[in-house]
Amino acid sequence: MNGFLVTHAALWPLLVPVSGVAITTCLWNHPRAQRFAARATIALLFAAALLLLDTVIRDGVQVVRFGGWAAPFGIVFTVDALGAAMVAITGLLAAATMLFGAADIRRREERAGFHPLFLGMLAGVNGAFLTGDIFNLYVWFEVMLITSTGLLVIGRSRAQIDGALRYAVLNLFSTLFFLTGVALLYGATGTLNMADLARVVPRMEPSIQLTISALLLFCGFGIKAGYFPLFFWLPASYHTASITVAAIFAGLLTKVGVYACFRVFTLIFPLEGAGMREILAVIAAATMLFGVFGAAVQWDVRRILSFHIVSQIGYMLLGLAISTEAALAGAIFYVIHHIVVKANLFLIAGAIHRAAGTWDLREAGGLLRRNPLLAALFLVPALSLGGVPPLSGFWAKFLVIDATFRAGEGLLAGVALFVGLLTLFSMSKIWIEAFWKPALAERRCAGRVPAPMLLAIGGLAAVTLAISFLPEPFVVYARSAAAGLLDPAAYVAAGLAAAGGQ
Amino acid sequence: MHLLYAFALSLIAACGLYLALSRHAVSLIIGINLISAAVNLVIFYAGRIVTRAPAIIPEGEQVLAADAANPVPQALILTAIVIGFSLTAVLASIALQTWRRLGSLDLRRNGYAEALGSPFDGKGGRP
Repeated sequence: MNGFLVTHAALWPLLVPVSGVAITTCLWNHPRAQRFAARATIALLFAAALLLLDTVIRDGVQVVRFGGWAAPFGIVFTVDALGAAMVAITGLLAAATMLFGAADIRRREERAGFHPLFLGMLAGVNGAFLTGDIFNLYVWFEVMLITSTGLLVIGRSRAQIDGALRYAVLNLFSTLFFLTGVALLYGATGTLNMADLARVVPRMEPSIQLTISALLLFCGFGIKAGYFPLFFWLPASYHTASITVAAIFAGLLTKVGVYACFRVFTLIFPLEGAGMREILAVIAAATMLFGVFGAAVQWDVRRILSFHIVSQIGYMLLGLAISTEAALAGAIFYVIHHIVVKANLFLIAGAIHRAAGTWDLREAGGLLRRNPLLAALFLVPALSLGGVPPLSGFWAKFLVIDATFRAGEGLLAGVALFVGLLTLFSMSKIWIEAFWKPALAERRCAGRVPAPMLLAIGGLAAVTLAISFLPEPFVVYARSAAAGLLDPAAYVAAGLAAAGGQ
Repeated sequence: MHLLYAFALSLIAACGLYLALSRHAVSLIIGINLISAAVNLVIFYAGRIVTRAPAIIPEGEQVLAADAANPVPQALILTAIVIGFSLTAVLASIALQTWRRLGSLDLRRNGYAEALGSPFDGKGGRP
């Protein structure tokens, strides 16, 4: 039994939420049972993700084949160190947001199908991290898109409907670009298995078909991840979602785009000598700058945080653009740190709203006196996002910027440092306006922050502190994941091995 | 034949893009559908267009005939069509809600998401 669990470790993080969707849909008219089933599913999902992480650390790349097809023909799940880490962090975030949602999700939203959509989105995200087949990756992107649109619009307010239309249409363009890129890639190479593509593409002559395919994939992932010229859908829609949903979107969805970029542009189209690196470097710098300046003029907490997602994506892209092992390791560390911190900041925004009765910072205030615990909990992710030592953001920024300097790109490193300063400015704005400033005379209905919210925020803050004070194992892990990306021999060998699993 | 096919599908994509640039939500959705139809045809083309045997294993044989058409793009397109259909359903339901709740399908007039938290208006509203 135990052996069976471990040999199919790559399957459970997908199978658990998919069965959860089925069960919660069947229990649509029994809200209490549905809620219980959803929570049990999330707990199982977290356990499955940890099992997968453990298995990958011990045994290396995990492969599951479907339908008994031989190596490059069927759909495979190929999980290496990067994929396993992303799945594990997804499990953690799902657990934290579900805990937060216990106090935040309204009965009406549950009746509208929150639980099945939430689990379906997690299935899509995990599927994207697990799969070793590029067309299958497209399918998971679409699963994510449909369920996340449903989640976005779940409160049926006017702003949500408007935001959801923008979100769905622009993301649909992203997946259409992606699909066209896959079609051209298939036409040129005749295979869809990523391990096989990694073997075939570098041996082929450079052709216009491959170039267009690479650019289309880049644009498709770019819209998903929110790169510089393509990020406009993100601040236009994320702030309309209910805060539990916004937190998990902010933590995971853009990072799936970043993950896909990491995967495709190291494995299939390595960046060296293709002229893409310079483009990528410029886009990374512009993403950082535009995101952080966009945040500087906003007064809505959620809007500020949405723009910061964009700016932080730039750092990850910078790591990919430099593309040395140290830089990639820094970028992977950055992704992991960022998912925890950013989701936590969104949860805190929800708690601020609960405590101050408004989203607008100018109308908030006095929280330091009324709610010192929340203020302390805000400082951990906020200072971490700004890159203050010794918090996790400092290590992440240090790794990326150090690798950038070592690669001789002083200007890019300068931009990254400058953006870090502006990030700190934005965070201090939230601090001053919401916490430090005395409360306004005519206060809106102000309430207490429920315990599950504080528990979820505290849990994620504890994870951030753990990464901050014990960065060594995380850095070592990120290095091994980066080495696996730059030298995909193990990934290719596992993905193509002729053993007839499943 | 190849040229004709390419022109036909680029025409479909162009019509789709034209409709997608419209300010009207329903034209937008139809436009996206046309573009995704064009993308499906690109996948079909990736499997090469030839007039050979269908991708069916004859009775008594174990493998496909050497001159059979490539079955993979057909499987891909089937998947893409199903996904496209469900996305259209989602978009159409959002458009319906837009019509019911916002009272207009003209996207220029619907700025409810933008109105929230803008630095230039006095009050940040609740969603």
